[in-house]
Amino acid sequence: MKKLINSAESVVADALRGIAAAHPDLRVDPGNRIVFRASGPRPGKVGLLSGGGSGHEPLHAGFVGYGMLDAACPGEIFTSPVPDQVIEAGAAVDGGAGVLHIVKNYTGDVLNFQMAAELCAEEGVQVASVLVDDDVAVRDSLHTAGRRGTGATVFVEKIAGALAETGAPLAEVARVAGEVNARSRSFGVALSACTTPVSGKPTFELSESEVELGVGIHGEPGRSRGPMRGARELVRLAVDALHEDLPLSGDLLVMVNGMGGTPLIELYVAFAEVADALADRGARAVRSLVGNYVTSLDMQGFSVTVCHLTEELTRLWDAPVRTPALRWGR
Amino acid sequence: MDTEPFRVWIEEIAGSVRAEKDTLTRLDSAIGDADHGANLERGFDAALQAVRDRAPATPGALLTLVGTTLIRKVGGASGPLYGTAFREAGRALGEAPSVSAADLAGALEAGLAGVVKLGSAAEGDKTMVDALTPAVETLARAVRQREDLTGRELAEALRAAAEAAGEGAEATIPMQARKGRASYLGPRSVGHQDPGATSAALIVSALHRAVAR
Repeated sequence: MKKLINSAESVVADALRGIAAAHPDLRVDPGNRIVFRASGPRPGKVGLLSGGGSGHEPLHAGFVGYGMLDAACPGEIFTSPVPDQVIEAGAAVDGGAGVLHIVKNYTGDVLNFQMAAELCAEEGVQVASVLVDDDVAVRDSLHTAGRRGTGATVFVEKIAGALAETGAPLAEVARVAGEVNARSRSFGVALSACTTPVSGKPTFELSESEVELGVGIHGEPGRSRGPMRGARELVRLAVDALHEDLPLSGDLLVMVNGMGGTPLIELYVAFAEVADALADRGARAVRSLVGNYVTSLDMQGFSVTVCHLTEELTRLWDAPVRTPALRWGR
Repeated sequence: MDTEPFRVWIEEIAGSVRAEKDTLTRLDSAIGDADHGANLERGFDAALQAVRDRAPATPGALLTLVGTTLIRKVGGASGPLYGTAFREAGRALGEAPSVSAADLAGALEAGLAGVVKLGSAAEGDKTMVDALTPAVETLARAVRQREDLTGRELAEALRAAAEAAGEGAEATIPMQARKGRASYLGPRSVGHQDPGATSAALIVSALHRAVAR
């Protein structure tokens, strides 16, 4: 597998150099591997901090900036950041109003952020955490690590970020972040596995005639395997899974997300099918995102994420944002 | 035992993780995300480097330094879990410049307890606990029978513990994962050996070699 890299070991560091060179609004600490807003913390504003394995770009560094995150901590490819990064970032973005950790529900992310939060608390930084677990493909039970955090992370970061800009206190920002997560659901389908730079081989085998249903974002196989079908049928499977978990109705924020290796034109094909499937259920996408936002390296496939909007959440979604990957309204 | 066998242990772990990196990666790509080999290699290389640079004066300080380094360098779930295991083991050994077989057994029990608590995993969940538990119990049993094991007897007990860990790792093959990323696969996780249990068996086996040397 050909990769546009210098070496497998230097991918994350080299990409951070690129982020620093491309975005003067951001400041990159290459030693600690943290991406900050160049403007620094604003006194009295809650600091929003997220992080996770690399390979999901633009998540999370692409969402650092006005109206979203204050800092992002990228780990190695598909590996959570280490507590040192999170502690360092937390201390730097605390404007005196505390720090919100936005954590995707994976065992590694949860453990590392938890250790960081405990150490931050010892140093007097007030920390709250919101766990994102929107993936309906995983049954939340005693028999699993719980639902994975996927597409809803973008919604949580945007909406909580908008609220934090208004000077809302930490408890309020954490409450709304939790509400966005509770109102959001995702389901992903892969047409091919991804290839990590280190291994150089696809993370699982999938023939031309098969798809992985309920796939995650780390190259792990999905809930089940099925025959390859047209976009209409594949989207129906995804929308049915969302509906089964939380009935679709009313006004929705909808994201059709590419996994990294799917052309944008195909994502629009999928969005048309999502819109039809929603209309059949009396729901509609009043706000939307179509593109690569939570990727899985070069995986071909897509995920559908919906958030059941309220007036407050819609207003916060519409609020100005200025980051490398999302910007509007200012 | 002074710090020397513990330093050798870390050296042996780093060596066997490097040698088995591809196996760990292959096991992890079946039911995880294919990074276990690379993460542990990075972590134990860093731990070994830290031990060389800082030359801790006691076995307890050495294991604590290893644990802290793993937490700082590895990430994923294995960083905090193995890091906590070594830190708890180090804390159990305290400041003593030299430790007995019974101390070592107690330290490994403390390490396992730390992993179980942090990961809320039990035996049968298809995790490193399935390899560590029988190993720790085997050593504890040997020490209970005779507290002042000679060097050779301790090495023999650790060989049995390493075998128990290997068997525990193999026993994860028919299990359905209930923790970590493999749990997302549900029944599809059955039929694969758990990478965490496999690396745990490597770590116990390295301890046997370090003490036997």
